Amino acid sequence: MKYVQEYREGELVRGVMAEIRRAITRPWVIMEICGGQTHAIMRYGLDQLLPNEIELVHGPGCPVCVTSLELIDKALAIASTPGVIFASYGDMLRVPGSGRDLFSVRASGGDVRVVYSPLDALRIAQQNPEKQVVFFAIGFETTAPANAMTVLQAKALELSNYSVLVSHVRVPPAMHAILSSPSNRVQGFLAAGHVCAVMGYWEYPPIAQKYGVPIVVTGFEPLDIAQGILMTIHMLEHGKIDVDNAYSRVVTLEGNQPAQKVINQVFTECDQKWRGIGVIPASGWRLRPEFEAFDAELRFPIGEIKTGESPLCIAGQILQGMKKPPQCSAFGGACTPEHPLGATMVSSEGTCAAYYRYALDKIESTP
Amino acid sequence: MSESRLPTLEGAVCPVPLSHKDLIVLGHGSGGKLSHDLITSMFLPAFDNPALRAGDDAGLVQPNACTQLAISTDSHVVWPLFFPGGDIGRLAVCGTVNDVSMLGANPLYLSAGFILEEGLEVDVLKKIISSMQAAASEAGIQIVAGDTKVVQKGKADGLFINTTGVGLIQPGLEIGGALARPGDVVILSGSIGDHGIAVLAARGELGFETDVHSDVAPLNHLVASILEVSDGVHVLRDPTRGGLATSLNEIAHQSGVCITIDEDSIPVKPAVLAVCEMLGFDPLYVANEGKLIAIVAQEDAETILSTMRKQPYGEGATIIGDVKESPQGRVLMKTRIGTTRIVDMLAGEMLPRIC
Repeated sequence: MKYVQEYREGELVRGVMAEIRRAITRPWVIMEICGGQTHAIMRYGLDQLLPNEIELVHGPGCPVCVTSLELIDKALAIASTPGVIFASYGDMLRVPGSGRDLFSVRASGGDVRVVYSPLDALRIAQQNPEKQVVFFAIGFETTAPANAMTVLQAKALELSNYSVLVSHVRVPPAMHAILSSPSNRVQGFLAAGHVCAVMGYWEYPPIAQKYGVPIVVTGFEPLDIAQGILMTIHMLEHGKIDVDNAYSRVVTLEGNQPAQKVINQVFTECDQKWRGIGVIPASGWRLRPEFEAFDAELRFPIGEIKTGESPLCIAGQILQGMKKPPQCSAFGGACTPEHPLGATMVSSEGTCAAYYRYALDKIESTP
Repeated sequence: MSESRLPTLEGAVCPVPLSHKDLIVLGHGSGGKLSHDLITSMFLPAFDNPALRAGDDAGLVQPNACTQLAISTDSHVVWPLFFPGGDIGRLAVCGTVNDVSMLGANPLYLSAGFILEEGLEVDVLKKIISSMQAAASEAGIQIVAGDTKVVQKGKADGLFINTTGVGLIQPGLEIGGALARPGDVVILSGSIGDHGIAVLAARGELGFETDVHSDVAPLNHLVASILEVSDGVHVLRDPTRGGLATSLNEIAHQSGVCITIDEDSIPVKPAVLAVCEMLGFDPLYVANEGKLIAIVAQEDAETILSTMRKQPYGEGATIIGDVKESPQGRVLMKTRIGTTRIVDMLAGEMLPRIC
């Protein structure tokens, strides 16, 4: 496939890895923000090619993993309501709430549907005027424009049976949270390329300067990631604090401005609770008051929800890069992708799932 | 079949008890780990016998000293009923013919049970029956028993078909999932993922079109051609639900060996790869209905390969890896960039990624 396979060429990747080895003189800790990058690293075994001096820690950039338990429990309650069609991205179906998941709701008779695009949910609403259609609008800056677009369209179409359960999270506030933590070990960042494709990377220079960490906008193919690491190492080794772009075939400084406009039209900033981490100030988006009519939380008053997280799960520490999956006592035993205790094991972008799927040998050799 | 050779169907880690789930979910039918959990915790203890415990696509039974039979059954619930390259009728015949063939048996007879939904158009049924007839005649088998039930509207998705097949195994022939040996070569009969992607695209939910056709086909003639030129065939398996990755994991477990494959050698059509990239699927886990894995003695590999390539359903045959002693029960893949990673079974349902 053109413009994909080229970035998976072994020789090119090994060439960049050799450059990294030449450039590095001491140990560095680098965090890749995005779960898609974590998976690419494990899937291609990129970590096996890196010099020992580089420690990659895995960031909180998996939208499925960080969606709060309260909101998942709300989703389960709404999806169980008679007369509701609950539409969701596929990944969310397996995420456990307090005791059950959307699969269980579907097995108990709930009408839960997997959609490939939020616009499909809108179409379902048009086709089923007698039902209430709720879309689980989760994700980072990447999914926000399309999610927002459905709200604009629903308003234009005067659809009274469509609403969204919103849990949007943003990357820059999470980076602030990680870097200002007293236990932070991260010295350089690979910024999430697809988030930057939408938002640009103009928000990053102040972060780099404030915390003294270089940031490199990085893509998702093996060559992209190797290149992102190389550029980070170059800056670290030369004491340079800056933001660079290793994904210029997709990302510009300004980002996708029409998409940003749609986001700003529909959403407004809010504090957001991240599963396993806690509330991060101004890290989320919620619907603006003029779109309240499409807010599923207002349309379906669920009442107080009591949540219960598994005491075994250390997803929070994993999402902050403080621990790695093999350090969890439940990993691979009580917690597996088919019976996950925590969200990091659930999502195809979750860190635990990546380790479980591609690198179980690492875990088995861990004493 | 000796007791010592009987493997378990357990996954790569301790299987977690099903008591966590009180309800059957779709993932239990995915052919991946949840299905295996269900089999090992519910069906096996109840129906336990050596044929079932072998964990192969068909059960091997020996009613008398000189007769070995392979018996397999499969229910088909595919939706939509018609898709590019096939339909539920062709699938129902080929699926069972192939399962029987994977023990090296010559499939002879099929039964067919139909569950029809009230309101199904008779013309649709007619088309499906004619497709079954064509597939049966291509495979050279007869459908000798049948059953029809009609359920109320809404209780079935148009129609479901169950087929059961019986085949005869030549005396002395031993082929099964537990017989892979270190040093063996792993051959794949052609490109992977065609069926799964064709059916997914036919549902019309993707928002884009592809020209991918299902590979659904009877593989018994291909199997017969292989057995004619070699007695070094140890394992045959058609990687259906759960895909190539899940089938290889099953074999690695059953045989207590490590299977290593080379990412670059696995054929995937560009259109299949493109859809997988867009949805976040790995072609290794996408279903096939006309492909087989043959694990064979190294010295026979080239002969088998050239024989397969002369057959219509084996033209794309290629060597994708080999069998090693350890780590037992594992499938490892040499990636395109020269590293090694684990290839695990499919966990539950395959889900499109969020972004």
